[in-house]
Amino acid sequence: MAASGGWRQPSILPGFGLTLGFSTFFVSAIVLLPLGALVLRTASMSPADFFATVLAPRALASYRLTFGASLLAALLNAAGGFLIAWTLVRYEFPGRRLVDALIDLPFALPTAVSGIALTAVFAPDGWVGGWLAAQGVQVAYTWSGVVLALTLIGLPFVVRTVQPALVEVARDLEDAAETLGAKPFTIFRRIIFPAVLPALVTGFTLAFARGIGEYGSVIFIAGNLPMRTEITPLLIVIKLEEFDYSGAAALGFMMLLISFVMLLLINTVQAWSRRRLTVGR
Amino acid sequence: MPGIATTDHAEILRRPGRGGLRAALLRWTFIALALTFLGGLLFAPLAVIFGTALGRGLPQAVAIFADTDTRAAVQLTLLVAVIVVPLNTLFGIAAAWAIAKFEFAGKSLLITIIDLPFAVSPVISGLVYVLLFGAQGVFGQWLIERDIAIIFALPGIVMATMFVTFPYVARELIPLMQQLGNDEEEAAITLGAGGLMTFVRVTLPKVKWGLVYGIILCNARAMGEFGAVSVVSGHIRGLTNTMPLHIEILYNEYDFVGAFAVASLLTLLALVTLVIKTVVEWRSGSRGS
Repeated sequence: MAASGGWRQPSILPGFGLTLGFSTFFVSAIVLLPLGALVLRTASMSPADFFATVLAPRALASYRLTFGASLLAALLNAAGGFLIAWTLVRYEFPGRRLVDALIDLPFALPTAVSGIALTAVFAPDGWVGGWLAAQGVQVAYTWSGVVLALTLIGLPFVVRTVQPALVEVARDLEDAAETLGAKPFTIFRRIIFPAVLPALVTGFTLAFARGIGEYGSVIFIAGNLPMRTEITPLLIVIKLEEFDYSGAAALGFMMLLISFVMLLLINTVQAWSRRRLTVGR
Repeated sequence: MPGIATTDHAEILRRPGRGGLRAALLRWTFIALALTFLGGLLFAPLAVIFGTALGRGLPQAVAIFADTDTRAAVQLTLLVAVIVVPLNTLFGIAAAWAIAKFEFAGKSLLITIIDLPFAVSPVISGLVYVLLFGAQGVFGQWLIERDIAIIFALPGIVMATMFVTFPYVARELIPLMQQLGNDEEEAAITLGAGGLMTFVRVTLPKVKWGLVYGIILCNARAMGEFGAVSVVSGHIRGLTNTMPLHIEILYNEYDFVGAFAVASLLTLLALVTLVIKTVVEWRSGSRGS
C-alpha cells in the first residue's frame, strides 16, 4: 500500500477514478444487488421452513446426484484429461493441432447444444448408445448420463491446466533418472507425476466446481426423474415454475454457499500448488 | 486459459528419441486411448449436430429458418448480443485498466467478484433476477403498478445474460495488461498525451488480439446462454425465446432436424470462436511473449 497511508499507490496514469468507479458500479448492479436479493429472500424465511425445504428428501436426493456425478466426472476427467494432455504435449501425430484446438469446444459451445448432441449420440438408438445397448448398458436417461454430460463440460479445465505443467516438467531430471537406471514407470511416478500433481488437482477442482452448477447440458440426457435423475439446479427451476420463490431461493442459497466453499477450496489448492512449485525449484 | 506455445512442443519433440519398439507401442496406445476418449465425448457429438441437421438434405435444414418463431428467436438472440457484448466490453476494459494499472485496497475482492459468475450455477444467475423483479420479487409490486415488464421480457433476458458473460473480456485483458507493465503508458503521459489517447495509441495496439478474443468469447457465450435465460424468459414462442431455448422446444417436439439445424448455427459460431482463439495464440506466440 501507499507509504502515505492512502488506500492506493500514487501513479501518474490517469483514469483510476473513472474506471474503478464504473467497474464497481457495474458489478454492484449486475452481481451484488441481485445476489443480495437471494440472501434477503432466504433470510426472510422461518428457520423451520428453510430447513424443511433444503432437507426435503427430494432435495437431498438431488444433492447426492449433483455432487456424486460431479465428483465422478471430475475423477474421469482427471484420468482422461491427463492422458489427453500427455498425448498432446509429448507425442506428434497427424491432426494433433486440430485436436488441441477442439479441446476448448465445450467452453464455446452452448450447453443446450452439447446436451442434445450428447443425448443423440448416447441414446439407445444413437451411434455409441446403440452399441452400448447391445452390451446391455444404458447411459442416456440414467445417472451415468449425468456423469457423461459433466465429463464433457469439465474436460477443458483439466487438459488446459495440466498441459502447461507437463511442458514445464524438467526434462533434464528425467534424463538424469534414466542415466541412473530408473525404469520408465519409476521416472513417471517419481519425477513427472509429482511435478504435474498440483495442476492436476487444480483442474480436478475446477471441473468439479463447474459440474455442480451445470444445467443446460445435463437436463436433456438425465431423464429428470424426481429422486433418481434430478439435479439440484433443475429442482430450483421446478420450484420457480410452481411460483415457490422462497423454496427456489432456499435451494439457490444452498448452492451459493457450496459455490463459495468451492471457490475457497480452489484458492487454497492454487496457493498450495504455488508453494509446492516454489519449494520444488 | 493459456494454450501451449508451439515452440515448446517443437523443442520437446526435437529431443533425441529413446525407446524403440516398446516406446512406440506405448506411444500409439496412449494416442489411441486419448482419441477414443475424445471421439466419444467430443467428436461424435460434434458430428451428430451437423449430421442430423443435414440428414435430410440442406434445403430441409435451411427450411427451419423460414419459420417465424425461429426467425424471432434468431433476432432476439442477436438483439441481446448487440446490447450485452458492448456493455461487457466497456466494463472489461474499465475493470482491466483499474486492476492492471493501479494498486489499491480491495483489488483482490474486485477480482473475486469478477470471477463469481464462473462459480455460480447459471440457474442461480437467472433466479436472482426473478427474486428481484418477478411478480413476488422485491420490486415486483412496484413494477406491476407501473406496467413495466422485466421478467419474461427482454430486460430480464439481457440482465441474466450480462451476469453470466461479463467476466470474459475482463479475464482476457487483466493478465495481458498486467504482464505488459506500465512503462510505455507512463512515457506517453509524461510526453503530454491524454488518458484516452494513451489508451487508444499505446495500450490498445498491444492488447488488441486479447481484446478481440475476449469479445468473441463473450459473444459466443451470450448467444448460447441457456440456463440463466431459461429461468427469466418465460418461454413465450416468438417473443422471449432465444436460439438455445428455441432449440430446446424444437427438440422436445421431436423436430430433430430443426433443433440440430439451429444448433448447427451456434456450433459454427463456437468453431469460429476457436479459430480466432488459435489465431490469437499464434499471433501472441510469434511475437515472442
